[in-house]
Amino acid sequence: MHLHDVWFVIIAVLWTGYFFLEGFDFGIGVLTKLLARDRAERRVLINTIGPVWDGNEVWLLSAAGATFAAFPDWYATLFSGFYLPLLLILVCLIVRGVAFEYRAKRPEERWQRNWEHAIFWTSLLPAVLWGVAFANIVRGVKIDANKEYVGGLGDLLGGYALLGGLVTLALFTFHGAVFAALKTVGPIRERARALAVRVGLVAMVLAAVFLIWTQVHSGDGRSLPALVVALAALTAALGANLAGREGWAFAFSGVTIAATMAMFFLALFPDVMPSSLDSAWSLTVGNASATPYTLRIMTWCAAVATPLVVLYQGWTYWVFRKRIGTQHIAEAAH
Amino acid sequence: MQLALEPLNVARWQFGVTTVYHFLFVPLTISLSALTAGLQTAWVRTGKEKYLKATKFWGKLFLINIAMGVVTGIVQEFQFGMNWSDYSRFVGDVFGAPLAFEALIAFFFESTFIGLWIFGWDKLPQRLHLACIWMVSIGTILSAYFILAANSWMQHPVGYHYNPKTKRAELTDFWAVLTQNTALAQFFHIMSAAFLTGAAFVIGIAAYHLARKRHIAVMRSSLRMALVVAVVAGALTAISGDTLGKVMFKQQPMKMAAAEALWDGQKGAPFSIFAVGDVNKGHNEVAIDVPNLLSFLATDDFTSYVGGINDVNKAEQQKYGPGDYRPNIPVEYWGFRWMIGFGVVSIGVGAAGLWLTRRRFWLAPDRRTGEDEVPHLMLTRSIGLGERLSPWYWRIALGTMVFPLIANSWGWIFTETGRQPWVVYGVLRTKDAVSPGVSVGDVLTSLIVFTLLYAVLAVVEVRLLVKYAKAGPPELTDDDLNPPTRIGGGPGGTGTPGDGAEPSADSDRPMAFSY
Ligand code: HDD
Ligand code: HEM
Ligand code: HEM
Repeated sequence: MHLHDVWFVIIAVLWTGYFFLEGFDFGIGVLTKLLARDRAERRVLINTIGPVWDGNEVWLLSAAGATFAAFPDWYATLFSGFYLPLLLILVCLIVRGVAFEYRAKRPEERWQRNWEHAIFWTSLLPAVLWGVAFANIVRGVKIDANKEYVGGLGDLLGGYALLGGLVTLALFTFHGAVFAALKTVGPIRERARALAVRVGLVAMVLAAVFLIWTQVHSGDGRSLPALVVALAALTAALGANLAGREGWAFAFSGVTIAATMAMFFLALFPDVMPSSLDSAWSLTVGNASATPYTLRIMTWCAAVATPLVVLYQGWTYWVFRKRIGTQHIAEAAH
Repeated sequence: MQLALEPLNVARWQFGVTTVYHFLFVPLTISLSALTAGLQTAWVRTGKEKYLKATKFWGKLFLINIAMGVVTGIVQEFQFGMNWSDYSRFVGDVFGAPLAFEALIAFFFESTFIGLWIFGWDKLPQRLHLACIWMVSIGTILSAYFILAANSWMQHPVGYHYNPKTKRAELTDFWAVLTQNTALAQFFHIMSAAFLTGAAFVIGIAAYHLARKRHIAVMRSSLRMALVVAVVAGALTAISGDTLGKVMFKQQPMKMAAAEALWDGQKGAPFSIFAVGDVNKGHNEVAIDVPNLLSFLATDDFTSYVGGINDVNKAEQQKYGPGDYRPNIPVEYWGFRWMIGFGVVSIGVGAAGLWLTRRRFWLAPDRRTGEDEVPHLMLTRSIGLGERLSPWYWRIALGTMVFPLIANSWGWIFTETGRQPWVVYGVLRTKDAVSPGVSVGDVLTSLIVFTLLYAVLAVVEVRLLVKYAKAGPPELTDDDLNPPTRIGGGPGGTGTPGDGAEPSADSDRPMAFSY
């Protein structure tokens, strides 16, 4: 196994970590409108992710940084090619971060309401756009012989890609709902479970169509098992949720997301960005990667840092393991 | 300088705008996290309430600031790929590694422990909670180090070779990239400048309250701490800046010549405090010259030869082929002066304050003040600034808050524009670095979107800062004074997911902090 294959796996892991973690916090953001009935409940939801959303987002920064170092051409083609969608994602992530931190810093009704609207939209849009982006990557886009993206914005918005966007939105919202059920007490917990059933069924239908489409178009023998695991885990998550086993429901919805990502990456390999114009122009782990020397240094870094990150982020979840309800939210805004 | 609307120029403006903006928050984040950690340490060790109040007060301002630092940093991580894709392809093998290290090591650290610190007041035992803010501080310093090593490589590329087959720079010695003298000098300069920035911030706000005789105990301690930091960090900034200048003279002689608008080389070159007239047209109308100083800044020797812009330009033409190797001279000339000027003024305000507010040294006993009194501003043993001048000191001290921010921004503009036309000095030109596939419309859209968004956010953030800075430290509650003894919060019912039990009354207590 080549080092660049190892790095393909590490980058897949970083993206999967990102979608798993920020997946539920995008979901929570969307649920502030679907689930919460009043401001106190919205605050309960927001505070379930309060201490962790920033750490979750760094999985994205690491995925981007690692791609830059390990596959410079992938980094360059992807981000210059998907320019406007990425711009929209960045704007959302900026506003979203500020919204979390500043919302409670003033007591005025209008101030708080505006930031709450912002949290909803800036969670919803990236949840859709990441799906659109990954669907495009897997399916292949117009890349020329110089590794440049030569399509337009419209080329990124085909039916398959848009369906991909809906799938990530539905999966993240479901993931968020089971997370909310796991982390809250009181009436909101019951409603989260009930909502999870409905969102989960929608996610099931969308994901089944999309993943089978992916399998037919880009898949092979390797990606098929991932497809099966993804759909089975989603079924299990729905079942566990119905049975009131919230921990299991969350674990299975996490597996669903991980298996979906695994399927994307298995369908890609050994390409990293296939060209839809000529397969000879595709970016692959071989032609887009950094030198073995750089990869070796990066491997050391990742081998030491990643387990540590998992440990101390895991510890954070343990520190904040208590469920919260409206009674835990102090009246006075801080 | 061409103003034409081509992708290169728009992309440069975008990089300049977003990066300078990001760097308004960065130095405050670096220094305020450490100062807050220092104050919290004082609270843990002495148990004095004024330190806890100070921790909460400066900690809150720090959080308002870091929120902006974090979100503007996200853009930085992506914009090399978006606007500078040819740059990314060319240098990714070298430049990507420190960036990835930064994310994997530093950002995870910062972002995880900041969450623990913000929400952990009633969830973590006192010392563990204190450790969290120190971890944040370490994270910011590590992050600065890695990104500055990356930037230094652009100023002075080392530890790589050019591979003609792949047409890119390839890393051969990572250690050299991390430890070359440019990186070390830059790191010390930026760190000391960051602490000067944070200290001036604290001085300004403390002066505001002291002038109004409010929150005296907290503000007095904060002021003394900040004055000491300002003077020490200020001195270190000047020393490291001088070192950096000597490194720069060897590596980028054009920048030194441009900094003085020295058109023709000379021995014992002077340094002008300021010039009247267009420095683009030579050096005739200069007002005040300090003889030989430029030679000293460049080489430690007052009489040495410093090459002029024209000489260096010719030398570079011979080395790199025909072309114009001059950066924007007025920007360089004035940028260098604004950086040093604003920085030195804030150091001066700090040094003056340190003297004026001294507690006992050379001070008549009746002029000494207790912990709960506003210090008399004393010039000598018994002569003070008096009723009329004292308010002016407090006013100037308030104004000094923004000086290091201005100095920082000009420092970067000087450094980065002075490297032009190169993006990687001597290796890759800026015009060859831009994304070929991205249209002017796209780049312009993003330039406009970011500029507008950042402008709005600046208003929001400054208003919040002003509100909280004016409000002063919060009153302490019982919870604040009695931190939990076990991880996860107070005693009694666990209420953890999965234990099925309904939470007990005690676990219904509101959280110490919630969004
Ligand atoms: C000298 C220090 C320094 C410099 C030159 C830069 N930064 Fe920065 N950056 C920091 C020091 C820093 C910091 C102090 O560590 C920040 C400020 C707020 C924070 O959380 O960390 C930060 C935040 C920050 C973040 C958000 C991290 C998070 O979410 O926690 C990113 C992605 C970047 N930066 C990336 C960059 C890039 C790609 C730069 C180059 C153009 C850059 N920064 C210049
Ligand atoms: C430490 C990490 C940094 C890196 C890797 C970096 C890299 C770059 C790159 C790639 C460009 C674009 C090419 C160009 O226009 O020259 C640039 C330009 C620029 N950067 Fe930096 N930069 C860094 C830090 C900063 C900071 C912190 C500031 C300001 C606060 C800054 C200010 C500028 C400005 C003003 C330009 C535009 C110069 C011009 O186009 O004339 N840079 N830098
Ligand atoms: C007092 C004497 C000072 C001297 C002699 C000095 C010298 C220098 C020099 C030569 C550079 C350019 C380095 C390069 O191009 O590689 C630089 C950059 C810079 N300076 Fe200063 N400086 C001084 C004070 C300050 C102060 C007071 C501040 C801020 C509070 C400051 C902030 C910066 C920043 C942010 C940069 C750009 C980053 C870098 O290249 O390291 N400087 N300084």
